[in-house]
Amino acid sequence: MALSGNREQRKLTQTPLLKIWVPWVGCNLNRRRGSSVPQFCNSPTMIVMVGLPARGKTYISKKLTRYLNWIGVPTKSFNVGQYRREAVKIYKDFEFFNPENEEAMKIRKACASAALKDVAAYFSKEQGQAAVFDATNTTRERRAVILSYAKERGYKVFFVESICDDPEIIAENIKQVKLGSPDYVDRDEDEAMRDFSRRIDCYKSSYMPIDDEKDRNLSYIKIFNVGSRYLVNRVQDHIQSRIVYYLMNIHVTPRSIYLSRHGESELNLSGRIGGDSGLSPGGHKYAKGLATFIRSQNIKELKVWTSHMKRTIQTAEALGVPYEQWKALNEIDAGVCEELTYEEIQENLPEEFALRDQDKYRYRYPKGESYEDLVHRLEPVIMELERQENVLVICHQAVFRCLLAYFVNKPAAELPYLRCPLHTVLKLTPIAYGCKVESFFLNIEAVNTHRERPVNVDINRNPEEALQTVPDHI
Amino acid sequence: MEFRKRWTQGRRVRCHSTASVPQFTNSPTMIVMVGLPARGKTYISKKLTRYLNWIGVTTKVFNVGQYRRDATRSYNSFEFFRPDNEEAMKIRKSCAIAALKDVCDYFTRELGQVVVFDATNTTLERREVILGFAEENGYKVFFVESICDDLEIIAQNIKQVKLSSPDYKDCDKEEAVADFLKRIECYKMTYIPLDDNKDRNLSYIKIFNVGSRYLVNRVQDHIQSRIVYYLMNIHVTPRSIYLSRHGESELNLSGRIGGDSGLSPRGAKFASALGTYMRGQCISDLKVWTSHMKRTIQTAEALGVPYEQWKALNEIDAGVCEDMTYEEIQEHYPEEFALRDQDKYRYRYPKGESYEDLVQRLEPVIMELERQENVLVICHQAVMRCLLAYFLNKTAHELPYLKCPLHTVLKLTPVAYGCKVESVFLNVEAVNTHRDKPVNVDVDREPAEALETVPDHI
Repeated sequence: MALSGNREQRKLTQTPLLKIWVPWVGCNLNRRRGSSVPQFCNSPTMIVMVGLPARGKTYISKKLTRYLNWIGVPTKSFNVGQYRREAVKIYKDFEFFNPENEEAMKIRKACASAALKDVAAYFSKEQGQAAVFDATNTTRERRAVILSYAKERGYKVFFVESICDDPEIIAENIKQVKLGSPDYVDRDEDEAMRDFSRRIDCYKSSYMPIDDEKDRNLSYIKIFNVGSRYLVNRVQDHIQSRIVYYLMNIHVTPRSIYLSRHGESELNLSGRIGGDSGLSPGGHKYAKGLATFIRSQNIKELKVWTSHMKRTIQTAEALGVPYEQWKALNEIDAGVCEELTYEEIQENLPEEFALRDQDKYRYRYPKGESYEDLVHRLEPVIMELERQENVLVICHQAVFRCLLAYFVNKPAAELPYLRCPLHTVLKLTPIAYGCKVESFFLNIEAVNTHRERPVNVDINRNPEEALQTVPDHI
Repeated sequence: MEFRKRWTQGRRVRCHSTASVPQFTNSPTMIVMVGLPARGKTYISKKLTRYLNWIGVTTKVFNVGQYRRDATRSYNSFEFFRPDNEEAMKIRKSCAIAALKDVCDYFTRELGQVVVFDATNTTLERREVILGFAEENGYKVFFVESICDDLEIIAQNIKQVKLSSPDYKDCDKEEAVADFLKRIECYKMTYIPLDDNKDRNLSYIKIFNVGSRYLVNRVQDHIQSRIVYYLMNIHVTPRSIYLSRHGESELNLSGRIGGDSGLSPRGAKFASALGTYMRGQCISDLKVWTSHMKRTIQTAEALGVPYEQWKALNEIDAGVCEDMTYEEIQEHYPEEFALRDQDKYRYRYPKGESYEDLVQRLEPVIMELERQENVLVICHQAVMRCLLAYFLNKTAHELPYLKCPLHTVLKLTPVAYGCKVESVFLNVEAVNTHRDKPVNVDVDREPAEALETVPDHI
């Protein structure tokens, strides 16, 4: 692209919400330049799953979709089996999947086409950037259909093939997610197992894995036996590189992640945000309570992580075990509002206060951060949490909300309002396609630090309207 | 621990690293290269070592060929590498052993965390020796095998790095190429690649044809995962990276640090000149990156092309010292000012950042720079020092004192095992913002001693 000729300096203005400098071009601020990391997606990308039933395709699809959405890449998963269930309404038995069943084949093909159509609609009408096409896609013919569909429309295609021949893993998968499927809702367990095994056999006869020679120009990753080995071919761009990195770091070993805030701090007591104060007496009590709780959980090889801030470290100290400090776990930087109360923010910066209520996720404090910035800061923490097994993370309110949103798949609009009270431990245990959440309040009173979105978010609102939802403090 | 701004409970310090990210290496790790000559092993070894050191993992390369050159003094011909040359085989084996001994010393005495063992390691036997050595000592092993059958790539490699090797110092070019090809043949006879079945319990990555395909097996831990990610993002397509600071800013003129001011008149002139210079470079498909700060964006605006903003490229956060002059910092925070001079790389401003923090923040930028081709990065003094240190392999010690003057573009072009640097001053005057380390860094020094090296300003 040739650089254009002499350009007069366009005046820059800083957008009030996102605090980014943009040339003032009338009201044309549609192009999103707010996020802290450039959006590296140009063409939309189709991530196409490949593999026999019970190889973890839906597990990977959902997890990958969750991760991509969290890091800010709008992604949606399209499960062709779901289309089939809606088309056929009642599942009888494995014979539906017999390759000789012509009528069923017609229906299955139509479902795949319908799903592809919806993918196109997602990209063009909903501004999606990535779509995960979750189906077996085990024949070269089906994959050719998808490739040409994508080529016509200018979508990139990245295949994710899951190959597993370990009968134990497959049996475990079937137990965890298939027996509870709508297909087997009124079936006896053994009957369901038998039927599903025969279903897999129907696919096996026509299964052609991605071929290292014939498909050498395709972009793909092959995952062998739940990740002991990977084959990666022709990664085209940034997003595919990130997807590969993510897929290579996740595992399915059972474990739990414990999330907790630091104990109540001195600044918490006086209703001030940010800062780097120590624990209050109540906070110290919590730290001890946390130690007792953790010991009672009998966790093997627990890793403990804190931020660089005094209050999380003091909390960890009470546990009496080694812990690692992450600067990335520091609380959101409130910039000029550090150590102010909400009342003081309203008094000194009423417009900022209102803008924050208008879009709490994207709002950036002057000389500070936004929740959106926080998510990018936390991405390496999430990546390492995926690699690890049992971990206790002692962090802060906004950080906790970001991490929790990742694990329980909350969108950006809900994230900044997730309830993460002091003195409460959340135990997250991955199961099936999601995450079991257990909440443990350790019975030590603490102030409430949760401020709900007030009704009136207008810049011209009265101070009382702004301060309506501020929690009590000294 | 004052200057690193870390909370520690008196002497019961449970974590020893001041880094912003936990150090995830426990057992030392040996990265063992595997592959025929001219497959890029030394290129990968040096690049990987440079990257790991930059992100704070102390790493060293051990090139067995170098040991061989030291042992044999002069290279005669490819005959040295014939598998039936018993005397040579003895020498070669003892070189490998000597290198392994030095690896051990590096881990135990120099507290190294990672070693890159750069040799062909093409036989099962040699790899067994290494694995046995590692197991005895409790080191983890990760193999990196480079497999290439593209004759053009191999010829290009030979031209770029072999012809200038000490082995062929006094040789005619064609003679050297012929000899080297015969050398490769010697290795081919006994080359056994890592076997997908027999070696299924080893940890390794196989790189095919300079990265079109990778096979990754049994990644054991965090550092191996990072190594794999890095190796999968680098490429050898020729390109240039342009590093520049924003044009001179209003705060630069008054000798103040940080802040978010706009360009001075001279800064605007520079922006214009930068546009002219970049146009003159005639680059296809140039990407332009800036920070989120006004001064870099104003500079980019003058180019008249789309640019991407990275928050990670923002200048180092000087915390409570933002917008101050050095004189004011000396007046209000003399102790902080001295601590910074004592260890400028690790020193963290109160409520701010350190250079060490900056490096962690910039790691995704470096990763993306590796993926990209022609890029112009418009950034800030401390940021530019960090990026430059990565490309030129400068230590943490040197990094905070690298000279990155205003109105000067650095053009970096990867060449052979390193990076060619062209410095282009665009002929628009600007203040100097470089403050050298003063002689006296003691907390009790006189203000005059502290301010000795402060550059002039309004």
